[in-house]
Order: sequence, then C-alpha cells, then structure tokens
Amino acid sequence: MNPVIVISERDNVATALEALDAGQAIAGTVPFLVSEPIPRGHKVAMRAIPAGASVVKYGNPIGIATREIPPGAHVHTHNVASARGRGDLPKSDPAADAPRLAEPPADRGNP
Amino acid sequence: MTAAPRPTFQGYRRPDGRVGVRNHLLVVPTVICSSVVAERIAAALAPIGTALPHTAGCGQLGPDMHTTHETLAAYCGHANVGAVLVIALGCEQVVAQHLADAARRAGKPAHIVAIQSEGGTVRATARGIEIARALVAELEQASRETCDISELILSVKCGGSDYTSGLASNPALGRVADRLVDLGGAAVLGEIAEIMGAEHLLAARAPNPDTARRLIKVINRVETDAMALGLDIRGTQPSPGNIRGGLTTIEEKSLGATHKGGERTPLADVVGYSAPITRKGLTVMDTPGLDVESVTGMVGGGAQVVVFTTGLGTPTGNPIAPVIKITGNARTADAMHDNIDLDVSGVLDDKETLEAAAGRLFAEVLAVASGRDAAAERLGHREFAIHRRNPTI
Repeated sequence: MNPVIVISERDNVATALEALDAGQAIAGTVPFLVSEPIPRGHKVAMRAIPAGASVVKYGNPIGIATREIPPGAHVHTHNVASARGRGDLPKSDPAADAPRLAEPPADRGNP
Repeated sequence: MTAAPRPTFQGYRRPDGRVGVRNHLLVVPTVICSSVVAERIAAALAPIGTALPHTAGCGQLGPDMHTTHETLAAYCGHANVGAVLVIALGCEQVVAQHLADAARRAGKPAHIVAIQSEGGTVRATARGIEIARALVAELEQASRETCDISELILSVKCGGSDYTSGLASNPALGRVADRLVDLGGAAVLGEIAEIMGAEHLLAARAPNPDTARRLIKVINRVETDAMALGLDIRGTQPSPGNIRGGLTTIEEKSLGATHKGGERTPLADVVGYSAPITRKGLTVMDTPGLDVESVTGMVGGGAQVVVFTTGLGTPTGNPIAPVIKITGNARTADAMHDNIDLDVSGVLDDKETLEAAAGRLFAEVLAVASGRDAAAERLGHREFAIHRRNPTI
C-alpha cells in the first residue's frame, strides 16, 4: 500500500495514509523526501509552495500558504490560511493578504 | 435479453400516495413546556411511539416562529409517520390544530391533548397514553408493500469528518446518490457552510442560471452571517476534531464533503430549511452544519432515509427516519462498532473498489428502508433540533 494518496494531478500536497517519518522517501510521479513527522491523515507538500500561493488538493485550492512551505513539510493550520469566512480580517483586507495573518488559535484538545 | 429488474424496497403506502419506510406514532409537543409529557407518552409506546422534544414553540418572532411551525407540521405530515398525537400546553404560540391538520391532510389520524385543559401533568400523560395505545393498535394493522426505488428521497450527510471522509465514505455515498437519481429518485444535501469552497462544482451542475444563482445566494448569506461575528470561521469550520483529523480549512472540508451529493447528478433545486423536496435529482437545503439541526431539516423536507458518513464517529439518529452510519476509518469502525452500520475502509488500502463499497451501501439503504434497524435506531438515538437564527424574546 502506498503510504500517501494524491487525488488530482493538479495537487501540490499528498495525504498520508499512515504516519510518515522524517527522511522517508516517497515514490510516485512526484518523488520527494519527507522532512518532518506527518501524522496519519495529514498533508505533506510534494513540491515547494511559495508564501501567498494556493495549496491545491482535489484539484482545487483549499487555502493560501502563509509562509513558504518546502517539499516534504507538514501542511496544516500553522502554514495554511483559509480564504473563506474570514470575519477576523479588516474589511479592506482581501483574504489574499493571508501571509500577514496571525497564527490561528491552538486546538484546545477537547476529548 | 430483458432489462435488469428495478431495485425495490418494502414500504408503507400512505393515503396521500407517498411512501414511508417506518410506521411511527409521532407524539409532538407544541412547545418546550409540553416536551416532557410528550416524551413520557412516547416512551410508554416505544419503539413505535416516538416524540419530538424541542426547545422552541414560544418566545419566537417572525422567521424563527415560522420555521418551528413548519418543521413540526412537516414531521406530522411525513410519510414515515402513521398517526399523530399533539401535546399542547395551552398558552403557547405554536397552534396545536395547525399540526393536527398537517397530519389529517396527509390522511392520517391525529389527536390533541392540552396539559392546561386536561388538568396537569399526571392527567395529560394518562390521557395521552390512552389515546396513543388506540392509535398504535391501528398502526399495527398496516403492512408493507413493494415500492419502486424512485419513491425514495435520500438525505446525504457527513459529520465528525476526517481525511477518510473525502477519500472513501463520501465518494461511496455520492455514487449511491448518482445511482438513485439515475433510477428516478431524489437526494438532499444540506450544510451550506460545508459547500463553501466547492460551490463552483455544484453550480456547474445546475441546469439553468437561476438554480445556480440561488445556490450561490444562500452560500453568500451564510458566509456573510458568519463574517458578521468578526471571527475566523476556522473556530467551528473545520471543527477542532476535524483539524486533529487532518482537515486544514473549510475549503478542504467542503471539497471532500460535497462528494456525497454525487459526481454528476444535476442540481435540481435549492430550498429553505425543512421545506418540501419536490424535485427528482439533487436538492440543496439551507441547513446549518450542526449535525442534528441539519438532519432534522432534511427529514422535515421529506427524506425517508439518511446516510451519514463519519470519520471520527458519531451517534446521531432521528425520531422518525433511520440514519445509516458509514465510515472509511478502520479504527473508528472498530472502536465505535455499535454506532457504525458499514465499514468502507477497504477503499483506502486497496481491498475494495469505490464501486463495490457503493454497491454494499446501496443494498444497505434498501434493506434499512424495508425495515431493518439502523444502528442509531437499535441504540435509541432520536436526536431532534430545530434550527433558529434569531434571539429568543
């Protein structure tokens, strides 16, 4: 079984079907090295994603990189902002300015 | 060569022509104040007797009062209900007669018991149980008959989503929705916030610009309402559990969630909360993402069966409709096996194709429609909550 799944050829992230270790080599049409531990079900960058660029899964944008994401890195709330439902942004501030966003509040870990 | 026989199920044909998959006596409180009496009466006649305990019915103005009235009336007229007993207090806003009339219009018996005029909890409960016993005796005479698959309205729902939802359970459910619509049936998709980011894919399936415009309009309203709070929607969409499960943004959640409405089924209609589903094909209903409010609305619209996909696991049921749970997460299928009807995790480790998983789910829908209990029914899960948007006055 492949340890990751890539849904669309347009995607720049893969989903881990099992926990991945730093240094693990991932084969496929876009081979890459995992650079940090990735929990099962979470996303890993297949190629570099510049700050401000779209993160693409299912062949569609799922958010905006808030900082440069190197290949093999964990892609999640710490480096991706949503462009939708952003009532926290000033009205003059298009969501495309996501790189200036603060970190989202931490998950409090409710059971 | 003859054509393959059309799929059928065993249902209850109602006097108004519609088909139910359950034959409940519905005990409906008009208002929160009569909810406990209604629950006690229904409990005495369970599982045929089922109540709709709720927190509304008074202190509401305008659109919220309308939604409460229409949702309760929709359940009274629902094809999964064979008879209705309305439990009123006596001074509330919801009109008991309006609910009884909704049942009678659909050709079913309906009675009203009011706590104030009956003389208190004890007398109203005793009187209610007496009437309920007679109604159940009548219901037990009804029998199921063979019904065509096109009589089904299937509610498609997801909750407690994780990365497996968009990869396995939602696409499997989407294939069932497509097949049902191909055969002349209908599906309903709610949870407007969870279409945000995927609306372009659904809008492209609208047969005309007006339907697409109504979809975009309702999504914009929900996004504007959320933004008016001055907060990031990520506090609730995705939820903390979704985020732990690997979902990063609402766009990602929506793209996975929208799969359950099928891949090609035309977008036939966009309707309000609990409003009747009248078109074949896929209807989008204006419901919130909160699971119980969403299922309550889609069943109110006429769905007889709900298929609910989950990654993290959740127990939600409904008072009158079976809610079938499927998961693509093998750990959840094991850890919450009492809540889960179908495990499609084999899709993720290449043990089963999506088509095969969808085939099993389609068979499960027909079996449950024909009377097999879903896990939520066996466990007595009968959650019910009417959506409200305005303050209680």
